Amino acid sequence: MKLRVNPILCDGYGHCAELLPELVELDEWGYPIMPREPVSRSLEPAVRHAVKMCPRLALSLEKRAR
Amino acid sequence: MTTRGEALRHVAVPAPDALPRLLAGVRDDRRPVSLAEHLDREGSPPVGRGGGAHAELIELVCASGLSGRGGGAFPTGQKLRAVAEQGRNPIVLVNGVEGELISSKDHVLLAQVPHLVLDGAAVAAAAIGAREAIVAIGAGLTRGYAAIETAIAEREHRRVDRVSFRLVRAPDRFVAGDETALVNFVDGGPAKPTFTPPRPYERGIRGIATLVQNVETVANLALLARFGPRWFRALGTAKEPGTVLVTLGGAVRRPGVYEIPLGLPLRELVVWAGGPSAPIRAYLIGGYFGTWVAAAEADALALLDSDLRTVGASLGARAIVALAETSCGIVETARVARYLADESAGQCGPCVRGLDAVATALAQLATGKQSQPRLQRWLENVSGRGACRHPDGAAHFIASALHVFADEAAQHAAGSCSGSDGPVLTVARKRRRVE
Ligand SMILES: Cc1cc2nc3c(=O)[nH]c(=O)nc-3n(C[C@H](O)[C@H](O)[C@H](O)COP(=O)(O)O)c2cc1C
Ligand code: SF4
Ligand code: SF4
Repeated sequence: MKLRVNPILCDGYGHCAELLPELVELDEWGYPIMPREPVSRSLEPAVRHAVKMCPRLALSLEKRAR
Repeated sequence: MTTRGEALRHVAVPAPDALPRLLAGVRDDRRPVSLAEHLDREGSPPVGRGGGAHAELIELVCASGLSGRGGGAFPTGQKLRAVAEQGRNPIVLVNGVEGELISSKDHVLLAQVPHLVLDGAAVAAAAIGAREAIVAIGAGLTRGYAAIETAIAEREHRRVDRVSFRLVRAPDRFVAGDETALVNFVDGGPAKPTFTPPRPYERGIRGIATLVQNVETVANLALLARFGPRWFRALGTAKEPGTVLVTLGGAVRRPGVYEIPLGLPLRELVVWAGGPSAPIRAYLIGGYFGTWVAAAEADALALLDSDLRTVGASLGARAIVALAETSCGIVETARVARYLADESAGQCGPCVRGLDAVATALAQLATGKQSQPRLQRWLENVSGRGACRHPDGAAHFIASALHVFADEAAQHAAGSCSGSDGPVLTVARKRRRVE
């Protein structure tokens, strides 16, 4: 599973980076940089939580990279 | 499949290695080829008014090895199949935006051989079982728009096609040519990309599976359906078969649109164009999402993705510019970087902020003010971070300049510039011309 952000929706307030400090880094303008690697099983629950908490519903956990 | 009410007109198959193919019909006076003239030269349209999807046409395209000519080089047969598998009554969308400022090849086809483009759209429609084909043309391509408008009227009058054509004038913006932006625009929205998935082949215009294909790609389908895959493969290489249209500009004696067999050495193309008009420093290969390649390296290259890959380049939109020794690659790139930043559709933070920062840093370098230590990191950070590949393409282009013109960049940082020519790479719509 891969974590993706819809950059059209994302407002760059960085809530996801607070929830997932081990996965999401912010660029110097505050926009989140998604991890290149697939999300490990152990982190999946935390990632699902972050996906739900994103105020813009910009995050998604996708089965395969397109 | 026959054309109703008329005898089929057959013509001899042209010699497979004869050039040009796509541009064979082009008239000396550059007037658009009429329907009657087109049929005299090419024979009857390869599909008539029979209905349903034609799997055999898809097989033929797969066998030919044709790939998309809009810049992405995706296998066309595979795309036809993917759309056909989505269900009934898909839509064909011919991408004639030609947002690339230094490319004129789609406009040449639209303005001079409009029936080849429409024949090809009809072939694509027949292959996937579409009843509707939309031709979207960039607003600046006025001659092309007029020629296609007339050509559609001629075909409707003679009841040539089963598919019905609709003509759309698309905004003249760089990003408007992205397939999701174009679908969005045809649907009544802004000409801005949308997040994927879904891709247009899954859900496009009005939510219906849509085959988006470049003008030159469909023009190839018109010939392929007539003369077959073996004929098609007689030029080009086994992996990259056929011919492509290249827009060659800059320091050559006869800039213009050339139809080349894939694999032609770049050196040879420059000879076709009358040779260099000045000693050449570097080539920009592939348009404004393309790659700068130093002249010494470029001379040995064949115009083929497999060969260009060895220097980190690709044919892309197939616009090539020869930069003279007397021009400065940093100044040229800085101007285009600002243009590309301003052409961002303004939707995605990393693209808007990142490209703006990059363009500002390049402008500072070009004017010898200072070099920006964070430039390299910004370039790495904008790639893959937008909804479309605009930031990726822009970053690749700019990074190649910093690599190829590293000496020049150092000279700029020290306050001087070796260039003395006026601007070469255009950033103004108005300067576009049809070759
Ligand atoms: C920013 C951007 C601009 C594009 N502009 C054009 C264009 O002007 N014309 C075009 O045919 N394809 C353009 N494309 C590529 C299209 O999205 C699409 O891949 C193409 O039209 C598919 O046709 P093809 O497979 O026949 O090449 C652009 C892509 C991007 C990311
Ligand atoms: S929480 Fe959502 S909106 Fe906020 S920065 Fe992260 S992805 Fe963007
Ligand atoms: S990446 Fe840039 S050009 Fe593409 S949709 Fe986002 S803002 Fe627009």
